[in-house]
Amino acid sequence: MTIAEHIAAVAGGASVRERAEAALDRVGDDPHRAFLSLDRDWILADAEQLDARLAAGESLPLAGAPIAIKDNLCQRGTRTTCGSRLLEDWVAPYDATVVERLRAAGALLFGKTNLDEFAMGSSTENSAFGPTSNPRDPSRVPGGSSGGSAATVAAGHVAASLGSDTGGSVRQPAAYCGVHALKPTYGRVSRRGLVAFASSLDQVGPFGATVADIAQVYDVIAGPDAGDATSADQPAPSAMEVLGAGVAGLRIGVVRSCLEQADAPVAAAVEGAAERLESAGATLVDVGVEHLDLALSAYYLIAPAEAASNLSRFDGARYGLRVEGRDLAETYRATRARFGREVIRRIVLGTYALSEGYADEAYVRASRARTAICRAFDSVFEGVDLLLLPTAPTVAFALGEKTDDPVAMYAADVFTVPASLAGLPASSSPVGEVDGLPVGAQLIGRRFEDTTLVRAMEVLSS
Amino acid sequence: MSALEPVIGLEVHAQLATRTKLFCGCETRYGAPPNTQVCPICLGYPGALPVPNEQAIELAVRAGLALGCTIGRASRFDRKSYFYPDLPKGYQISQLDLPINEGGELRVGERVIGLERAHLEEDAAKSQHVGSQTRVDFNRGGVPLLEIVSKPELRSPAEAEAYLRELRLVLMTIGVNDGNLEEGSFRCDANISLRPVGSETFGTRVEIKNVNSFRFVRLALEAEIARQKVVLGSGGTVERETRSWDESSQKTVAMRGKEAAADYRYFPDPDLPAIALTDAQVEAWRDAMPELPAARHRRWLDAGLTDYDAGVLGQHPATAAYFDAVCAASAMSAKKVANFIQSEVLGHIATDGLDATLPVPADALAELLDLLDADTIHGQAAKKVFGLMVEEGLGAKALVQREGLAQETDEGAIEASVRAVLEAHPDQVAQYREGKTKMIGFFVGQVMKASKGKANPKAVKAIAERLLEPN
Repeated sequence: MTIAEHIAAVAGGASVRERAEAALDRVGDDPHRAFLSLDRDWILADAEQLDARLAAGESLPLAGAPIAIKDNLCQRGTRTTCGSRLLEDWVAPYDATVVERLRAAGALLFGKTNLDEFAMGSSTENSAFGPTSNPRDPSRVPGGSSGGSAATVAAGHVAASLGSDTGGSVRQPAAYCGVHALKPTYGRVSRRGLVAFASSLDQVGPFGATVADIAQVYDVIAGPDAGDATSADQPAPSAMEVLGAGVAGLRIGVVRSCLEQADAPVAAAVEGAAERLESAGATLVDVGVEHLDLALSAYYLIAPAEAASNLSRFDGARYGLRVEGRDLAETYRATRARFGREVIRRIVLGTYALSEGYADEAYVRASRARTAICRAFDSVFEGVDLLLLPTAPTVAFALGEKTDDPVAMYAADVFTVPASLAGLPASSSPVGEVDGLPVGAQLIGRRFEDTTLVRAMEVLSS
Repeated sequence: MSALEPVIGLEVHAQLATRTKLFCGCETRYGAPPNTQVCPICLGYPGALPVPNEQAIELAVRAGLALGCTIGRASRFDRKSYFYPDLPKGYQISQLDLPINEGGELRVGERVIGLERAHLEEDAAKSQHVGSQTRVDFNRGGVPLLEIVSKPELRSPAEAEAYLRELRLVLMTIGVNDGNLEEGSFRCDANISLRPVGSETFGTRVEIKNVNSFRFVRLALEAEIARQKVVLGSGGTVERETRSWDESSQKTVAMRGKEAAADYRYFPDPDLPAIALTDAQVEAWRDAMPELPAARHRRWLDAGLTDYDAGVLGQHPATAAYFDAVCAASAMSAKKVANFIQSEVLGHIATDGLDATLPVPADALAELLDLLDADTIHGQAAKKVFGLMVEEGLGAKALVQREGLAQETDEGAIEASVRAVLEAHPDQVAQYREGKTKMIGFFVGQVMKASKGKANPKAVKAIAERLLEPN
């Protein structure tokens, strides 16, 4: 059921409420544990309000289509836990800009989805409230960190959802669950109200059952926001308007080194995607991007450094969990000891990366590598319009398979972190299967050319 | 042991006179009930993002221009990390490597004191310790500050005090800071060390924190110099530490050592892009810069004021502007205007931060002073009229007329009065003509009395002398 079908149904006389009930019934008791909160009464009350607005003649582009929200986005009046004990009972006092925009466009905000704690992880197993399973194979992870948002779309509960992507957190779960996802150019979508993991990398992005669903949500959430100083001060071109434009005339660079690094069946599926783009009129060229080998280490220094800083506000003093100690220092320690293992690991790593005597070797060097990667992309994009590579080296792995091996877990992000470091738009689209598990192909575009990605995603899905 | 000289550097935290905080829309008004000027941004709520206040950036640059700093064209905000309840995000947004203002100088009397930098940062909240509890008021958290760091070039406590007074006056004159020490709008930390006269190296410095008046800065520095001299004189070493001024004992006391120097883990704030300033913008602010206190002082000396007059009138930008406005509207000499304002008007001016309550508008005062200058009224009458102007809010001319205070300047009428007095006092006339010319005062007094003070005393005297000449 796509957003377009929903809009048509509502235009044909269906109520938002009855469609909300149907969606709630589809979720049932949430066998994949995609949701951290899904309040039936709230959702039905909101649905009735949307029906009233429609009845009053208000024009609502999304017409009450249910859209699930990752639980690190503030939604006024709902718990926003970030998958963490520290915010288990914290109720957001305001709406994130993207949530505000969805409301204004008439979306039915449909629950808060599970995630790795504070979006740190690649499997959603780092959620303090238990993992989400992959609807395509419940013994497998859905990917992460936006695993709940990917799973609920893959399960057919809703047509679209919002996730956040710091190093691949919408693209990789989209690949594992077999749905579409788009990480817009850094600055294209407001981060206001997205609980920060790594501010220079975080970007909100949609998941969709179809590319049209992605485009519909993107058009609502993208564009400047005075409430986010890093938001790009230029209007976002419409993704809906490029649907059907095709890829004829585009030059697409196939990043050969990444295909070689991926599992052979994954690489083969991505080769197949390349052929589809070529037969739709694109020109394929093999390209290499310099310094890609630095990306993972640079990312795992910069992101933890920013995270350590961003998470220092969780001290139990003003909101969220507070564990009393004998004195102030002990209260801080006891409260912050409730972070999960992975979050603590990254806070420690990030604190080292910024400490006197280590920062030059760690944070500063990583920042230099980041600059080099940005330049390498710039130079590649002088010759091509898009890059094609696998989203992840493998298909979804088994629950529990990598929980004791953080480095193996981090390696799941090897193909997604480069675009994050460079702030480039990137997407994942399902392009095949290996043993019944979906394979995702990643596209990376030039800065602010998000809609070019949408054109190619559409071709891949046809 | 050779003579020791003090080496003093000052760090001033001047609150920028903005309506709202540095990164959110909360008001900066002082004295509101605790935690009523707060929002998710200045409380460091999850997901909240800072958005720079353009007025704060403008005020910071204007301060930089007034202090001769190099204005950073791509200055940057950095995070300074430490855990404390007054710091809601666990870091303070400040500036490290690329401050908005670099270098600069401030003229203090005959000396020019170099500046290191003047950078933007957000204020911390205010902690209050009540018994075992700490209460935190976040109204102050996120208020914009300009931290102005001098080079260690001050050589005496008196010079440090003069520097602070001059800096405060400059910032007030350009409307960047309200100069209110009691409300903490202008706070000072002093670094002080001693070294042998002629040495180029520095001794171990001690930081004296949060001294809340200029006089106390001087006293604290004097006390600290005395303390360090005793320590060094007895062969000891000065510890690097932070001390505070204890008013009751008139001494500095140790607050905390700096052995465990904190690692603030500075890094560029990824929520805030570089502050982009165009040359055109900076030049427009430079062009709009008002006359600074030092230039104004020189101009007033050239106009005939004494150094003392210029100092008194220049101590608040509102008084200074008032004096200039009266001079511009009046034909009276600047020195005479200065005298009248100092003796009669200053006592009526109430200042509150950058605001001042003026007893009468400048052009109204000019009208009065012009009557005095043209001899239409004399000095005593002018004082009386000024008092009535303040009380009643009426104009000088109307009051002079109503009170009948205009001097008689019609020579014919004055001559008639003089003749009447001479005729009534033949004995005194005879004495005068015999050589007792001091009697002239008597005749003038009689005429003034008869005219109820309105006759112009100079004209009376001249006419009486003429009529008393031997025939």
